[in-house]
Amino acid sequence: MIKKIQNFFKEFNSREDDEKRSGKIYAVTSLFDTPNEIMNASTEVADKGYKRFDTFTPYPVHGLDQAMGITNPLVGPIAFVGGILGCFLALLMIWWMSDANYPNIIGGKPFFALPAAIPITFEGTVLLTGIATVVGMLVLLNKLPKINNPLNDTEFMKHVSSDKFGIVIGANDKNFSETEVRDLFQSLGGHSIQNVYYRESNLTDKTPLFDSKFIMTLIAVAGLTALVSYFTLNYVLYEVVPFDWMRHQAKINSQSPSDFFPDKAGMRTPVEGTVARGFMPYEYKGLPDSAVRLLANPLPASKNILERGQDRYNIFCSPCHGYFGEGDGRMNDQFPKPPSLHNNKVLNWMDGNIYHVLTNGQNVMPSYESQISRDDRWAIVHYVRALQRSKNAKDQDLPK
Amino acid sequence: MSYDSTYTREIPLVEARSGFKEIDSVLTHPLDTKPTKGWWIAFAISFTALLIGALSLANTLYFGIGEWGNNQPVGWAFDIVNFVFWIGIGHAGTLISAILFLFRQRWRTGIARFAEAMTIFAVMTAGIFPIIHTGRPWLAGYLLPLPNQNGVWVNFASPLLWDVFAVSTYFTISFLFWGIGLVPDLAVLRDRTTNKIKKTIYSVASLGWNFSNRNWSNYERAYLILAGISTPLVLSVHSIVSFDFAVSVIPGWHTTIFPPYFVAGAIFSGFGMVSTVLIIVRKVFDLEHIVTINHLEKMNKILLATGMMVGYAYAMEFFIAWYSGNTFEQFVFINRAFGPYAWAYWIMVSCNVFFPQLFWFKKVRRSIPITMVLVILVNVGMWFERFVIVVTSLHRDFLPSSWAMYAPTITDFGLLLGSFGFFFTFLLLFLKALPLVSIAEIKAVVEGAQPSIHPHPHSSNGEHK
Ligand code: HEC
Repeated sequence: MIKKIQNFFKEFNSREDDEKRSGKIYAVTSLFDTPNEIMNASTEVADKGYKRFDTFTPYPVHGLDQAMGITNPLVGPIAFVGGILGCFLALLMIWWMSDANYPNIIGGKPFFALPAAIPITFEGTVLLTGIATVVGMLVLLNKLPKINNPLNDTEFMKHVSSDKFGIVIGANDKNFSETEVRDLFQSLGGHSIQNVYYRESNLTDKTPLFDSKFIMTLIAVAGLTALVSYFTLNYVLYEVVPFDWMRHQAKINSQSPSDFFPDKAGMRTPVEGTVARGFMPYEYKGLPDSAVRLLANPLPASKNILERGQDRYNIFCSPCHGYFGEGDGRMNDQFPKPPSLHNNKVLNWMDGNIYHVLTNGQNVMPSYESQISRDDRWAIVHYVRALQRSKNAKDQDLPK
Repeated sequence: MSYDSTYTREIPLVEARSGFKEIDSVLTHPLDTKPTKGWWIAFAISFTALLIGALSLANTLYFGIGEWGNNQPVGWAFDIVNFVFWIGIGHAGTLISAILFLFRQRWRTGIARFAEAMTIFAVMTAGIFPIIHTGRPWLAGYLLPLPNQNGVWVNFASPLLWDVFAVSTYFTISFLFWGIGLVPDLAVLRDRTTNKIKKTIYSVASLGWNFSNRNWSNYERAYLILAGISTPLVLSVHSIVSFDFAVSVIPGWHTTIFPPYFVAGAIFSGFGMVSTVLIIVRKVFDLEHIVTINHLEKMNKILLATGMMVGYAYAMEFFIAWYSGNTFEQFVFINRAFGPYAWAYWIMVSCNVFFPQLFWFKKVRRSIPITMVLVILVNVGMWFERFVIVVTSLHRDFLPSSWAMYAPTITDFGLLLGSFGFFFTFLLLFLKALPLVSIAEIKAVVEGAQPSIHPHPHSSNGEHK
């Protein structure tokens, strides 16, 4: 195995250095020795009217821009656009997340307040300015990455990257003529004047980047990576099992076992002698309604409570008793028809007796103790009373 | 090669350009040669420290943060102390690369790349601590405003969240700054190497950079803009870190002096760390003529200045405690200087304020051994400053019934040691993998590198190719 890897590296190292060059000329290059020479030479070349020329220096030489007659007008605006975008997006994010999408009350502070948003807005501005500057400079303006540039891997490049200064006049300049350019360089004191030819890959129209197979593979790989990382990240960060859609949750369902408790039962019985909150035992459980004399409705017959009673009544009672307590509910013919709640018996009942029926059940009518809370049951009693009164209204109930 | 005081006088500029080749070979020398014995020893030490840190981390992750000494009322201790310490170390890098760049301090070239690398590694080291201190670092995704099952977002009114944004922005921008500085140097390496594999790597990493002046022109402008935005950024980062404390109501934390005080402290500690490491590195890698004694002296002056700013802040905290008439505030400061943690307080004051006063003397500033001792003391002092701020403020707050002492555990020390191991391991790998001084920048400041003639303005504009 190690041998194989070693062999691969050996083979890689002995590969042909440079890609084949075509016969088509790309540019003529010349080297200069001092910064002053290159300043003069660039000034001259620019004065001669060449446009497709460039100067190459191992480090930025100050004043060359003016000598070549170029400016760098676009970096600043790109950075500015990035900054504005960053500022705007950060503010938008903060406002949308903390005020619009999911407002959360935190210490009674306003959902969105500018002072608290300033630090992150500032950081967002700086972040996008920086990214825009670097990407804009490298990719948009300098057209990098471009590894197969015809000038790369030439003797010329080896010199200008180290200790010499160079000028290149491109063959695509409209004034280009090989002999004239060579003469010009000669007269300016340049040496190592050489032609640089296109690589074969520069000339084939097809850039490998736009090959359809390559693009398809890229999309497939990107999609796959995105999916896999989405699910693994979800699993690793938030412990969400993929494709489970929350069917399995880390909670104990009723009647299911649990290893946590010594008796292996998931459900717990109350501690002896205690009563769970909201589960006061009903003292007339199982007794006939005649026993229930002392229970009075603890709730006032206010609007809120009547509305609550109506709401619960319509949900729980109306299927059998009907919306108005006349025993004509939607369950008719499927269940023993209940008596009307407007009969004399119920009319003469105390509130406690009605409550008793709901809590205890009566013959075929089941108990509602476990489904309706105590207060809600009393609210229903109020509502039943209101229904009864509406059917037996007295004169003074009428609006004047 | 004889080593004189400055590189400008040092590198022979006979045929003007022969000096450039020499710069290339000196700066790429560490990359082209096998690691020396000294490097291996240093690497072994720091890697061991890293492994100790890894063990302590494993211990923390397996058993939970109960393995640490933190407990009520000292809920923040080594974790946050280390975080603030390392973030502070990072600040020198950006200061050197951005602020000194804007002030046209050309001496920064010798140390900028190295300091920037230190920034990046220091921020990486710092980033570990807040994440593990949450107790369940695998849920760290909730620090970011990412859509999640619960539908809730992060709390944008919390300084702790501002910290997340500040630190990650700081890391990204420092990385970009460092990265674009590396591009031309990687192209130099690409053109020097004869090894095909290295060449392939360098070609890709240098993005095909070709030293064209049209590219340099945009590059320099972009560099200036980055320096311009990094300057307020570096000031904002430690200000925001200080909000973690200042926005709370704990006496000793709740003060408005914190942002500038923290920034000054960060620069102070960062310069201390840069000096400490540079003194060793220039010796080990034979770079004494590039990172000269003049550089060290200038850094010592900055240390003196920032050390006094920090001292001013210490004094001002006391003054305000007295002037405010707030008994809790007064108690906290008296407790700092004379309470059970007085030793930490006085280590801090003597290392940060008293000893650096020696830098008033030119002899001291230019003596490498004394500088070395003093800058190490600065590192110690600045670590203790964060300890004093975090621990002494918490251990005795409003309610005397909840007062308690804090004692770190072995795991705490393991993580502290590990953070140094992490930082230095990365740093040592960097030293062998990339040029530690910017080749292009240093060439540009060599004597005779810039033309002595000035161009006349053109009417015709060249197009971009
Ligand atoms: C499943 C159908 C059903 C539902 C739902 C139901 N009941 Fe009944 N209810 C009956 C039947 C049947 C009777 C007659 C029981 C008997 O034979 O004594 C009855 C009896 C009663 C009585 C006593 C009437 C009497 O004359 O003895 C009252 C009061 C009463 N229901 C109230 C309610 C209230 C209030 C609700 C809503 C919480 C409710 N019921 C829900 C079926 C139902």
